[in-house]
Amino acid sequence: MKTIAQSWILLALAGGAGCGVAPQQAPLPGQTPEAVAAATVPGAPSAPKADEYPVPPPPFSEGIYPCSFCHDMLDPNPTPRVLNNHDAEQPLRHGPGRWCYDCHNPKPMDVLRLANGTTIPFSESYRLCGQCHGDKYRDWKVGVHGKRTGSWNGKKEYRLCVNCHNPHAPHFKPLRPLPPPVRPAEIHE
Amino acid sequence: MTEDPSPPSRDALDSPEESREESLQQSTRRSFLAYAAAAAAGAVLASCTPEEREAYLQKRFRELSKEDVAKVVARLEAEYARKYGKPFKVGVEPAIPRTLFGYALDLSRCIGCRRCVYACVKENNQSRRSPPIQWISVLEMDKRTGVDVMESNLYYDPKEVPREGHFYMPVQCQQCRNPPCTRVCPVGATWQEPDGIVVVDYNWCVGCRCCMSACPYGARHFNWGEPHLPPEEANQETHYLGNRPRMRGVVEKCTFCIQRTRKGLYPACVEICPVGARKFGNLLDPESEVRYIIENKRVFLLKEELNTQPKFFYFYGV
Amino acid sequence: MPFVEFTVNSVRTVLRGNRAYWLWIVFLLALVGIGGFGYAHQVRSGLIATHMRDPVSWGFYIGNFTFLVGVAAAAVVLVIPAYVYHWKPIKEIVVFGELLAVAAIVMCGLFVLVDMGRPDRLWHLIPWIGHWNGPGSILAWDALVLNLYFLLNFVIVTHILFRGFNGREYSKRFATPLILLSIPAAVSIHTVTAFLYNGMAARPYWNSAILAPRFLASAFCSGPAIMLILLQVVRKIMPIEIKDEALWKIAELMAYAMFVNLFLFGAEIFREYYSRTEHLLFFRYAYSGLNGHRTLVPFTWLALFCSVTAFLLFLIPRTRKNWVALNVGAVLIFAGVYIEKGVALVIPGYTPSVLGEIFEYFPSRTEAMVSAGVFGVGFLLYTLMVKVAVAIMTGRLSSRRSEAAGV
Repeated sequence: MKTIAQSWILLALAGGAGCGVAPQQAPLPGQTPEAVAAATVPGAPSAPKADEYPVPPPPFSEGIYPCSFCHDMLDPNPTPRVLNNHDAEQPLRHGPGRWCYDCHNPKPMDVLRLANGTTIPFSESYRLCGQCHGDKYRDWKVGVHGKRTGSWNGKKEYRLCVNCHNPHAPHFKPLRPLPPPVRPAEIHE
Repeated sequence: MTEDPSPPSRDALDSPEESREESLQQSTRRSFLAYAAAAAAGAVLASCTPEEREAYLQKRFRELSKEDVAKVVARLEAEYARKYGKPFKVGVEPAIPRTLFGYALDLSRCIGCRRCVYACVKENNQSRRSPPIQWISVLEMDKRTGVDVMESNLYYDPKEVPREGHFYMPVQCQQCRNPPCTRVCPVGATWQEPDGIVVVDYNWCVGCRCCMSACPYGARHFNWGEPHLPPEEANQETHYLGNRPRMRGVVEKCTFCIQRTRKGLYPACVEICPVGARKFGNLLDPESEVRYIIENKRVFLLKEELNTQPKFFYFYGV
Repeated sequence: MPFVEFTVNSVRTVLRGNRAYWLWIVFLLALVGIGGFGYAHQVRSGLIATHMRDPVSWGFYIGNFTFLVGVAAAAVVLVIPAYVYHWKPIKEIVVFGELLAVAAIVMCGLFVLVDMGRPDRLWHLIPWIGHWNGPGSILAWDALVLNLYFLLNFVIVTHILFRGFNGREYSKRFATPLILLSIPAAVSIHTVTAFLYNGMAARPYWNSAILAPRFLASAFCSGPAIMLILLQVVRKIMPIEIKDEALWKIAELMAYAMFVNLFLFGAEIFREYYSRTEHLLFFRYAYSGLNGHRTLVPFTWLALFCSVTAFLLFLIPRTRKNWVALNVGAVLIFAGVYIEKGVALVIPGYTPSVLGEIFEYFPSRTEAMVSAGVFGVGFLLYTLMVKVAVAIMTGRLSSRRSEAAGV
């Protein structure tokens, strides 16, 4: 119970950020009941059937998982600050005013947590992303957003959102393009 | 044409005696020329190895019997194995029933990185130099002018893409349902398969390049010189109508990776795309990605006004 | 065997000639040699020896082909007055037009052959043996009508000359149907060649309904222009009478044809420049340059200048009947139409390319050599045929004479 209470506080802190979706039990201070209702309909994705979206394992940074390895010994700290042991995840560039516990379960830390309090494994992280990015989630499920490989008429392999987007800085980084074609005037025998 | 060219028909010689000498003389001369031509052709063919003769006299792929196809495949596999020093598979998988391939490309996602261009070159055994052949042309366009190929830039080379204020439009064979390229071919060396893929029989193409003039998408490419395919980079999984090594003097084009897609795989460009902008599937399957896109997204066809009816759909995913 | 005798005597005739004749033959043989050398190189390395590339996939060869189809078709300018209206001065010389058609078609065929990526697979084009992809493919039709036109003219002139060799007029029953058929055939070779370009919606520069009429009009200038000069040469160096009126009549017909040609061109120009659609790009590339690419501009304006000047020279009776002016006009028309068909038709169709690329094509040395060789073959063929024809028409070569000489 303690952790849930903590997370409420966290969410209240994070409130004001566009998609801080509240748990459905009660409206948070500053939230209208309509907002809660609107958030609960598409914002709380139901659990997918087993193997409905076959995805590769989540791309954990080297040596970072399981989180509980360290975090079991630490108390959750809701204050945004620079962390010492999370260089790969910092700075957090995922909309304004976010903090770890918007997505990560405070304790045990090896799962993610939806806004309604449901905890989900990392392998279903798309449900977490889908809470805010509903249109992308909708397109992803039908294979239109993001990459899908495998077989066009058989088993399809999905990608987790985080296979392509760094969840802590989801915007795509620019790429060095491969070389341009040779101009026809420069093609010789 | 599996046998040696037959001598000119006897009736040229044995035509009924005509009162006018000139017609007889003309026919004599003509049959003389025909004999000379046949003799020359015969002499050339006689100096070839049996394989060369068989290759030279090979019929159009569409007209080959099952046994002929098997012979052709065996001959080609042996030829490629000899030439590239490793075994090749030349597939002849037919179209999958009730399949019409369609492609969709998300212009709001493509970043112009050209990964698809090079994945395609590798998968499809394109010539690497003299001339280098690429089936995909990625055009950089200015967001202010919008989609206008005449204002596009094929040769952009910034440090990083996407470049500020620009978007990218890869163009490849649009696999038209009304293809202008197949109609113009004087020898029927290119046609549309039942699954909608426009293919070329490299062993029948005469290299007149009419199809290149007819294509509004610049999708057809010519082997101006001997194709350069480094053996170590050669893809050994091939299809007769697709990525088998080509020869000099013939036209080639994107086949939606026929050697992959007819086995249920996605084309190489779909698999490589780092931003997932490329979508492929069966237009006859309501559950396919391409159908979803056509039904739910803003879609447009390149040069729609030409009524080529592409099966390649550009869309905006956002 | 009268035909064997005819052949043997014809060969003898072409082996006899004065110094100028042999110099000319040696010059042509040299051209053929250069062409052979160039083509050998092209066969070794492939069409990469040309400057054609994917964005400009047809070039100088096909331009020459197109021009020569026009030359071949122009035989009808002589055939119609000669055989339909039985206009005597032209009837005497019509065989030179038909011979020119034969030589021109041979050159057409060679230009297509040297442009092919796989000339070894030529047999694929032959109906029944290969695969004739009609009725959709215009090139398949073009191959058909060009061969038909070649056969018609070849049979007609052989018949006429062979009859002449035996001291007889041509057989009306045999030749007239063929001659009449050759008239629509002449129109068809040029129309079908125009349709080859015309039918390609991908190339707005060609995709114009008046392309075929323009082709015909320009062909009826350029073919006779060659005739005008050749006939003067023929009557100068060979003992054969060609009347002045015949030449002036040809010049007059050319003036009308050039008027139609310029009018149609003007109509095209008006449409493009007044409506200013995106298709204007190609005309701009040809006539004013595009983004600093101006390779073609001098050529297109030169062609226009030649055509307009020649039109004026041929329109005014005084200049038309002045031999210097007439010959200048003929050369100008030839040059004008040659540039128009060989350069200004093909290349701007591809520039910019369908994806907006500007690749400035200019023929390579190999292309120039091979083309020179093809022209060498054609002119050599024409020279030899004309030599025989003149000998027969002047009575120096006949079966009676060879009998008298005891051959």
